[in-house]
Amino acid sequence: MSAAVVAALQAALPGAVEETLEFRGETTLVVGRDRVLEVLAYLRDQAAPRFTVLTDLAGVDRLPAEPRFEVVYLLTAHDPPARLRIKILLPGEDPVAPSATVLWPAADWCEREMWDLFGIRFAGHPDLTRLLMPDDWEGHPLRKDFPLVEEPVEFVDRVPKVPSEIIPRVPAKDS
Amino acid sequence: MGVDARGPAIPVPRPGLAGVTEADRQALERQVLTTRAARLLSWARRSSIWPVQFGLACCAIEMMSTAAARFDIARFGSELFRASPRQSDLMIVAGRVSQKMAPVLRHIYDQMLEPKWVLAMGDCASCGGVFNNYALVQGVDKIVPVDVYIAGCPPRPEALLYGLGKLQEKIARSGGRR
Amino acid sequence: MAAERRETLTLNMGPQHPATHGVLRLILELEGEVILGARPVIGYLHTGIEKEMETRTYHQNIVFPPRVEYLATMIEEVAYVQAVEKLLDITPTKRCQYLRVILMELSRIASHLVYLGSAGIDLNVTSLWMYTFAPREQILDVFEAVSGQRMMHGYMRVGGLQWDVPADFVGRVRGLMEALPRQLDEFETLLNDNLIWRKRLEGVAVLPAAEALRYACTGPVLRGSGVNYDVRKAFPYSSYEEFTFDVPLGKRGDAFDRYLVRMEEMRQSRRIILQALDHLPDGPVSVDDRKITLPPRRELVRSMEAVIHQFKLVSEGFHPPRGEVYAAVESPRGEKGYYIVSDGSNRPARVRIRAPSFWNLQALPVMIFRGYMADVVVAIASIDVILGDVDR
Repeated sequence: MSAAVVAALQAALPGAVEETLEFRGETTLVVGRDRVLEVLAYLRDQAAPRFTVLTDLAGVDRLPAEPRFEVVYLLTAHDPPARLRIKILLPGEDPVAPSATVLWPAADWCEREMWDLFGIRFAGHPDLTRLLMPDDWEGHPLRKDFPLVEEPVEFVDRVPKVPSEIIPRVPAKDS
Repeated sequence: MGVDARGPAIPVPRPGLAGVTEADRQALERQVLTTRAARLLSWARRSSIWPVQFGLACCAIEMMSTAAARFDIARFGSELFRASPRQSDLMIVAGRVSQKMAPVLRHIYDQMLEPKWVLAMGDCASCGGVFNNYALVQGVDKIVPVDVYIAGCPPRPEALLYGLGKLQEKIARSGGRR
Repeated sequence: MAAERRETLTLNMGPQHPATHGVLRLILELEGEVILGARPVIGYLHTGIEKEMETRTYHQNIVFPPRVEYLATMIEEVAYVQAVEKLLDITPTKRCQYLRVILMELSRIASHLVYLGSAGIDLNVTSLWMYTFAPREQILDVFEAVSGQRMMHGYMRVGGLQWDVPADFVGRVRGLMEALPRQLDEFETLLNDNLIWRKRLEGVAVLPAAEALRYACTGPVLRGSGVNYDVRKAFPYSSYEEFTFDVPLGKRGDAFDRYLVRMEEMRQSRRIILQALDHLPDGPVSVDDRKITLPPRRELVRSMEAVIHQFKLVSEGFHPPRGEVYAAVESPRGEKGYYIVSDGSNRPARVRIRAPSFWNLQALPVMIFRGYMADVVVAIASIDVILGDVDR
């Protein structure tokens, strides 16, 4: 069913969808930054089924991959129940995305949160200020180059360790 | 002197206990308690500690359970959790203190009147707990002086009551002051 | 004659406030007692959980979810564990799924009882709070018997459970479920026809269905407005499609409808639990994949391979394939989803928690616009907001 939706979308808005990914039964469409609002509006108003609810709006930092940031829109249709993920890729310096508040007022806080935690700006947002961190905080905490700021803990023999290094990161086997 | 218009004179014991019989002295000991003012004050203060409502996160739910009927903190004196810091003596910091909340916590602490005590409930208030990152103050004793630390994530209501008991012992030892 | 000038009063409510259900700050614009504008300020409980989860292995991360939504702890753990299981493409055993359903529904009942107690105490029905905490304590005793902890269990594992439930679990839960209807009837007798309760809740904090959908509200807030969306029915997980239960809906979208929805949800949860207890299958509770679940301890004595697997899992953890998944559960507040991005390493690259209270709270200014000051308290209670969820 999602294949039909994607096909209809590609017919209605040619060139908007750059890539289609399928993983574990979920469909993700990578869309160009300049066409994402058109795509979301089409999915909300004209697709069959209509994806009326913006369930989630998240940011991902893919450092060191370039383009660095992703903004992920998760849409849900109620009747029949279906989910679709739209994502746009943004460059590392000065990431700007169009604001989805024109389509859903629910996007308001999520975009503020992304500005706060990632530094992604949203053009057209009515009030892009920090949401979770104090107003005078510097930096964007969820970026990969922002440290976790851990206090070292003293272990046996007075060896200080940082909790996140107790089990160090082991990259994927094929990389 | 002649007859006094105010009535007969009431005998006042003079220094040296002249006029006070042994029976009088024993009656006095049976009917009047004497103590030092400090002990009386400390008994009153530790038996009626009113906490300020400062439930922040998960530990607040266990604090609510402690105030509910099964564990009943009221039988130890904390009958009411006051909403206003000016009417309370104890701040139970129940939950994690974020960077944004820290000035608010200090402000509420400053608004409380002396004598006041702080109980750090749970691991997050004691030392940062499970979370060791940019967003949390690693232990509320970085901001306010803490009297009793209660470990646990969240501490059981019995643990909170034990901590309250320890605080009461501390108040008894210190004679009602901080 | 001087021109008329209207002034509004800016009133700050919180973050330390007895009726904000946590550290929520509201900046209200009042004209007399009428609210013309509200601006919630959040972030007072921001814990950096999402970033912290990027620095731990998938197994170590099980610690964090129950601390996000600390009233529905079992549900939150299942939400995370289920997303990782989807990433790994493993299905837990039937017994595990049924036990998860029972524990999740018990968690839902416990959470709704706290909602009822808090909503009552906000309106000064203090005895209601004392009464609702009694069955909640019994449920927490069951959780303690099962996992060792009253609240932050850490009971769910990727691929199964920590261990099987104790022998008296079924009988104990059955006893609780038998006592529950009488207790719920008591609460309903106290409240449903109570003039004060109805006058304070009816017509207050109305959220029309269209607005609820535009603000992506879920859970009793959405269902109180009449929209039939429950993740357990729409995107069934953990064998929910095998159980028969109704999804209560409201009509007007006011606080009273949300109260009725939650009361009926407790009864429906009881229905699900009884069905699950009746058909609880036997068998193992953990998937038999040694690359994901820890071997049982008695195997460690006999098998060298088991020791190696244990060592690898504990000191390094498993490596899910590259990709991203989103898995949602129906928490007492709405759709709780975990969006996990994996880069193939032993740590998640990104964990995003779709928090229902975050989205429901955005609709609060819509709910209380042109309401009275006293209705703000009722509105916040009726959303049943958990600030740990909102701020993460």
